[in-house]
Amino acid sequence: MSETASRGFDDGGPFYSATMKHPGIWGWLTSTNHKRIGMLYLALIGTFFSSAMVLGVIMRIALFSPGMHFLSAQTYNSLFTLHGIIMIFLVVIPIIPTIFGNFALPMLIGANDMAFPRLNLFTWYLYLAGAVLAFISVFTNGGAPDTGWTFYVPFSLKTSVNVPLATFAVFVLGMSSILTGINIVTTVHQLRAPGMTFFKMPLSVWGLYSTAWVQILATPIIGITMLLILVERIFGIGVFDPTKGGDPLLYQHLFWIYSHPAVYIMILPAMGVISDLFPVFSHKNVFGYKMIAFSSLAIASVGSLVWGHHMYVSGQSDTAGIIFSFLTFLVAVPSAIKVFNWLATMYKGSIRVEPPFLFALTFVFLFTIGGLTGLFIGALAVDVQLHDTYFIVGHFHYIIFGGTGFGAFAALHYWFPKMTGRMPAKRPAILGWFISFVGFNLFYFPFLIMGWMGMPRRYADYLPKFTGLQRFASIGAYIMVVGLVIIIGNLLRSRRHGEIAPANPWGGATLEWSLPSPAPLENWEEPPEVTRGPYEFTDPEEGTR
Amino acid sequence: MSDTHASTGASPESLRFQEERGKVGMWLFICTEVLLFGGLFLLYSVYRYKHHVDFHAASSDLSRFAGTLNTIVLITSSLTAALAVHALGEGAVDRAKLFLRVTILFGLTFLVVKSFEWGAKFEHGLYPNAPVLLGMPKGQILFFGLYFSMTGLHAVHVIVGMSIFGWVLGHLGSTVTPSKPVVLENATLFWHLVDVIWIFLFPLFYLIS
Repeated sequence: MSETASRGFDDGGPFYSATMKHPGIWGWLTSTNHKRIGMLYLALIGTFFSSAMVLGVIMRIALFSPGMHFLSAQTYNSLFTLHGIIMIFLVVIPIIPTIFGNFALPMLIGANDMAFPRLNLFTWYLYLAGAVLAFISVFTNGGAPDTGWTFYVPFSLKTSVNVPLATFAVFVLGMSSILTGINIVTTVHQLRAPGMTFFKMPLSVWGLYSTAWVQILATPIIGITMLLILVERIFGIGVFDPTKGGDPLLYQHLFWIYSHPAVYIMILPAMGVISDLFPVFSHKNVFGYKMIAFSSLAIASVGSLVWGHHMYVSGQSDTAGIIFSFLTFLVAVPSAIKVFNWLATMYKGSIRVEPPFLFALTFVFLFTIGGLTGLFIGALAVDVQLHDTYFIVGHFHYIIFGGTGFGAFAALHYWFPKMTGRMPAKRPAILGWFISFVGFNLFYFPFLIMGWMGMPRRYADYLPKFTGLQRFASIGAYIMVVGLVIIIGNLLRSRRHGEIAPANPWGGATLEWSLPSPAPLENWEEPPEVTRGPYEFTDPEEGTR
Repeated sequence: MSDTHASTGASPESLRFQEERGKVGMWLFICTEVLLFGGLFLLYSVYRYKHHVDFHAASSDLSRFAGTLNTIVLITSSLTAALAVHALGEGAVDRAKLFLRVTILFGLTFLVVKSFEWGAKFEHGLYPNAPVLLGMPKGQILFFGLYFSMTGLHAVHVIVGMSIFGWVLGHLGSTVTPSKPVVLENATLFWHLVDVIWIFLFPLFYLIS
């Protein structure tokens, strides 16, 4: 690996400035190069993340004081629905598989590209089409959906707003996600470099690989469910309509058969990335490689059988509730294995605190709070009290934002030198991290308390007794946003003005660091021969900047 | 990586890998298709369990003749598609083209029979939200709701399969050759999937009365 470290750009230069068949912007929009597609996804996802964040801030401003001020209840309903749809389907589900699954995965396994490069570009256009459809649904035919991102029947069949187009948008986004999953599984099976056995793969690849299976096997269920809403609304076939014999509960089953595994689509790749970062910044082989790898598969498989824990109070049978509760507690085991292994990796390591590692540590801290609160609501009796309260909202923001969001920031800072050829400026990154970390906890921890006190989610107004905590949360949200703006602004600035990055700034032993920074258009002329594991830091040069 | 891959060339080795990759991708895609229909089969099993008497009664309204005919048509079309793959493997491009045309024709026959069948149902007032249908027991409403959505989604797949075959037909001999048969093989795999789904739909809707 190190023998190729001195390779230059003799075959076209960095991927972002290399000469393509078409010049300028067309060179991006028509390129099937995995790194370019990864950056295309980054651009869109970054935009959607920022816009959904603005929607969230508007809600926090409206909730600063009790009483209705500048938002009507209907607008509030649309706001949390859009915030949910954008964040879930356009940001958190695709963020790591599409950005880093595309940008980094082929380099991590020593391949030159994904297995299906043209299909890969097609998924980006599908994603864009889904986003455009979702955007159109906001302004046409009755206005923005107000159902919540879950589209529960019978409300989603009755409401006058533009549900059909929104569900169709979700269907299209699902197709994009499935095709990305197929691409990732095929790439991992077929394109590993010589010597890159499954157990020499970086753990981020294991995370992406497990996720891809969930994408392939679970996403079609939401596809058909969304189509059924569409057909139900247009033709009235009756499968979810109680007046025609349909059972709304079955909608919830179908929805969560996908949407619970979707939570693992969101968190597994982030866990994978984190598993790569801990050994690198502790400069020590990862603790329990196989256990981390297998726990990804365990989470992916057992996690597909726990959907009923979203439905404890829906009227499903007690037996089903008990089984789902048991399986829910079971999923905590592989998650805990990962957390302990990450911590054990740090033990006696020579730890260097760099921005990516701060985000990785934050992931573990926030994910642990999210995971433990998940056990509260995984318990049948406790959930009756907590269902549909702010506790749920706090819980999943700790998992999805605290986990996946900060995991994605870790990945972005980690691979930033490989993307841009420049280092993310360290001090602003740490400042932004600190402010957003503090803001995050001031923001979401009161949610857990308010939920415990009985504050229901999705209400545009609240009782005066919640005023203090709601204000606390709102101020936390403002602080967090300031931190996020610093982080994003710093990355945008470092893109042009950062320090020039060496090939291997963090001292990683995985294959992508043997390539120059930024990565060349074509990764390898000859596939690299892999002789050692991804975390064997044998070279004394590695680990020093 | 069409714009940069030229340098690696198309050695027989890399070609074999590419073909194999296409196969893996197609099988994964078939998994998702099975699960797409799986959601509907789940609804079917729950509603049939709840309303089995109504389901049996409604099933007798379907034309068993049309269903059987379509089953034969579709199974035969799978045979001709497989024969096309076989012919291409033997290097007989023209024979492969002929078999593909026959397959598309069978697909068309299936759709024509299907449209007559649906048309007959519509004439009797059996379509979603129709007053006649809404006057029937709830189990029968659900039966026809599922019948139209499942056979409808299946028909969409038949149309997609035929379009893919039409596209392959245009490329047979130029980019799809005896040494690069994977596109045809994948199209045929998809067609077999469409066939297999019908083999489940047929007894579940037509033969339970």
